Amino acid sequence: MGLSALTISEASTLLDKGEITSVELSQACLNEIEAARELNAFSWFDPDLVMEQAKSADKLLSNGNTSSLCGIPIGIKDLFCVRGSPTQAASKILEGFRPEYESTVTQKLKDAGSVFMGKLNMDEFAMGSSTEHTVYNPVISPWRSKGSEKPLTAGGSSGGSAAAVAADLCLGALGTDTGGSIRQPAAFAGVVGLKPTYGRCSRWGIVAFASSLDQAGPFARSVEDIALLLEVIAGYDPKDSTSYKGEVPKYSNYLTGDVRGKKIGIPKEYRLDGMPGEIEEIWEEGKIILKDAGATIVDISLPHTEFALPTYYVIAPAEASSNLARYDGVRYGYRAALDSNTNIVDMYKRTRGEGFGAEVKRRVMIGTYVLSQGFYEAYYLRAQKIRTLIKKDFEDVFNDGVDAILTPTTPSPAFALGEISDDDPIKMYLNDVFTVTVNLAGLPGISVPARLDSKGLPLGLQLIGRPWEEGDLMNLAQSIESNVQFNHKPQRWW
Amino acid sequence: MDTKLREPESKIIVGTKDNWEMVIGLEVHAQVVSNAKLFSSSSTTFGTSPNSNVDFVDAAMPGMLPVLNEFCVEQAIKTGLGLKAEINTYSVFDRKNYFYPDLPQGYQISQLYHPLVGEGEVFIELEPGVVRRVRIEHIHLEQDAGKSLHDIHPSFSYVDLNRTGIALMEIVSHPDLRSPEEAAAYILKLRQIMRYLGTCDGNMQNGNLRADVNVSVRPQGSDELYTRCEIKNMNSTRFIQQAIDFEANRQVGIWEDGGTVLQETRLYDPGTGKTRSMRSKEEAHDYRYFPCPDLLPLEIEPEWIERIRDNIPELPDELKDRLIRQYGVSNYDADVLVSEKENAEFFEQVVINRNGKLAANWVINELFGSLNKEGLTIKESPISPEQLGSILDLIENGEISGKIAKNLFEIIWSEGGDPLKIVDERQMRQVSDTGSIESIIREVLAENPSQVEKYKKNPKLAGFFVGQVMKKTAGKANPKLVNEILEKILAEI
Repeated sequence: MGLSALTISEASTLLDKGEITSVELSQACLNEIEAARELNAFSWFDPDLVMEQAKSADKLLSNGNTSSLCGIPIGIKDLFCVRGSPTQAASKILEGFRPEYESTVTQKLKDAGSVFMGKLNMDEFAMGSSTEHTVYNPVISPWRSKGSEKPLTAGGSSGGSAAAVAADLCLGALGTDTGGSIRQPAAFAGVVGLKPTYGRCSRWGIVAFASSLDQAGPFARSVEDIALLLEVIAGYDPKDSTSYKGEVPKYSNYLTGDVRGKKIGIPKEYRLDGMPGEIEEIWEEGKIILKDAGATIVDISLPHTEFALPTYYVIAPAEASSNLARYDGVRYGYRAALDSNTNIVDMYKRTRGEGFGAEVKRRVMIGTYVLSQGFYEAYYLRAQKIRTLIKKDFEDVFNDGVDAILTPTTPSPAFALGEISDDDPIKMYLNDVFTVTVNLAGLPGISVPARLDSKGLPLGLQLIGRPWEEGDLMNLAQSIESNVQFNHKPQRWW
Repeated sequence: MDTKLREPESKIIVGTKDNWEMVIGLEVHAQVVSNAKLFSSSSTTFGTSPNSNVDFVDAAMPGMLPVLNEFCVEQAIKTGLGLKAEINTYSVFDRKNYFYPDLPQGYQISQLYHPLVGEGEVFIELEPGVVRRVRIEHIHLEQDAGKSLHDIHPSFSYVDLNRTGIALMEIVSHPDLRSPEEAAAYILKLRQIMRYLGTCDGNMQNGNLRADVNVSVRPQGSDELYTRCEIKNMNSTRFIQQAIDFEANRQVGIWEDGGTVLQETRLYDPGTGKTRSMRSKEEAHDYRYFPCPDLLPLEIEPEWIERIRDNIPELPDELKDRLIRQYGVSNYDADVLVSEKENAEFFEQVVINRNGKLAANWVINELFGSLNKEGLTIKESPISPEQLGSILDLIENGEISGKIAKNLFEIIWSEGGDPLKIVDERQMRQVSDTGSIESIIREVLAENPSQVEKYKKNPKLAGFFVGQVMKKTAGKANPKLVNEILEKILAEI
């Protein structure tokens, strides 16, 4: 096993002991990235920049830096502004854009001494569930169905992050989750992914998709690594008015393995007609694992669940239609080639028409429609009311003493590239059915690998926690993790 | 204000069929006095080179987020309290979406559904005792837009974002105004109050006080509201009055011809004196307002409002009432004195232990007159309140005459110095010694025997001797004493 396959905590121990250097570790990752170009996981990387950072990390380590992320190679979703590096949100409209500022969360990673490996591919502006809607080539999952060479999706929108961690191209990665964009790809790629409570991590410097739903979070190969990453990236930021002022606990201290007395809710509304039997099975296994570990399993109801998807697909596009208005060709990014007597409206139309992909345009149009005069009350306002009800569903359950909710992460394993994207967009949206409620309610959610299905593809379990209690949530997730012993790696074909 | 006051007459347009009343409401955009912008820390300094007061938030770079400048909120609350308005402890910022190159975000952050300030009122006095109450509908905070420059290059337009994101208060009135003069007086009154509060400089030339004017007409006696037109972006009270007059007459013409006034946005062209259509209701933007998800609802502690209320200075209406009551100055003089806070402050320093009417007279006629002539502000006055006060004391004590006092004022204006010393050094005091006045009178009588003879036939000619006495004393003889003594001596003749 190469160095790049280490977990963050393993690598950190070796770095601290001086048994390996960050230069060695980062070089190992670079070699893997080079070898895995076919996956399209990274949209941009610069080996010189990586080595420069690794050398400074080694210096810090030799001076006794004890940050668990010092010298650790981390990949960053292309949605995060990284000073001086291309930041395009996988969109043509941000062609050539290199921010002169650094997002708060990536700055925190840099301050901790981690090594920024490069930008990770994604669905354009984080809109999608397959990382096919990208100005770069689609991400190809390192996983394949047994006996098949058909390229599969790594999920989306943070498909590059999930694939990179699954294929050992880096030790951890940052993604964002607006409706499931961390948890669904984590499930498809057999890695751990956490969406923190809304407000836990600053949104400053992250290209906005839907401001009231967007939240940054980590990908890693173990729950412990997720805790180490969250400890660093979380925290109040005066530059983000919606960020949470509360203290960031030392999450690794929560990972006691003791889940006795915890009450785990099983929502009946998440049992869908026509859901594959294997999804049912892992759900059942998850219950048994937690029950055997001393938790209580209770049936619960989240009655407004069925309205979550339509609610999400009103609110998210509404916010997106406004958030994306700034991409107008006036100040930065792509501008359509125009002759001199073109008027301003033509410039907008052509720049945005050429700069945005089909899925982004679809959502901008939906969003514009639902906010329009005469439709606002019927769509946007009603969606906000339902959102309140969905939030209340969770509050009621937590008030009844439930500590966390267990569900499958996705209603199916990874699908083939082109299989859904060429079809009805609603089918693609259905991928988010188990994850969007969490964003609408602003709650933390984590996906942990459960097992492989009969075709050899990973399936994930989702745990949903109380607001701000990511520590307890990760402890429960680790309980599942240590029980299922998911040690599978994709068969290397690239 | 006194309830016995009466309302002004509406301005009536006499048509061929009807008498028409003007109905006017204003949306005033007042730039908040603040060093930093509403949602960014960029400077608000006027007149700097293009795009020098712009940060990543103002330029709407990807991933940038607005952070509310609380001082601007405080200023808006202060303004609301100054206009006797309700402060809403819960308000929300909304996005108003439209595309324009000088609007980098593609939306303006404003407050549509839950504004910060609710119902208030302003009183405007058009002449003594004639007062209009104008109800404020609400005040909200919003971002200003940048500026598009179309005259720099023949084929390109340029954008200056210095103004982008500067805090504005939009003060929306009910349609309570009934003449162009009232509209102008209303804006000037708002300006005056905000300048007292220090919340808006009210510099209309720099565009930090602008108004959208809503005009409609209706048959006299009707209380129905007819269709209105909005005249956009006016920054001169003179043009506002001209625009209202033109627009109201235009609408009367349409109604009387059997037509229908269409709701639309219009622009006033000062060159032609006419308004022209900018866009109709059908062409109006759909702004797709919705709550800005980057900002939390604004929740205001009542204690904060009270702390701000405690720091509200005395405002022009109260100050005017007090000047009249406390110093006995006339209604007109009080208006002049309160027009600017600094003027009234100067007056109050002068008037201490002195005659109010005399002090008002001198401050307004001599001081303001001289300042105006030389284009100086009250702060630049070469004469201090103490100096002016000394001059007034000399008048009151009969030590100098009004005429000498004016000379003294001019000396101090140009040379400075202590009025008492100057009066002594230059022997400007009135001669009030009866003995010396009597001997001068006798001298004059002796020198002018023929005039004495004429006087005997016509006693109305006594004035001649007074004139001669004043001439001999270079105007310093106390005129009252001269008259008394002269009368006595002439009676003896």
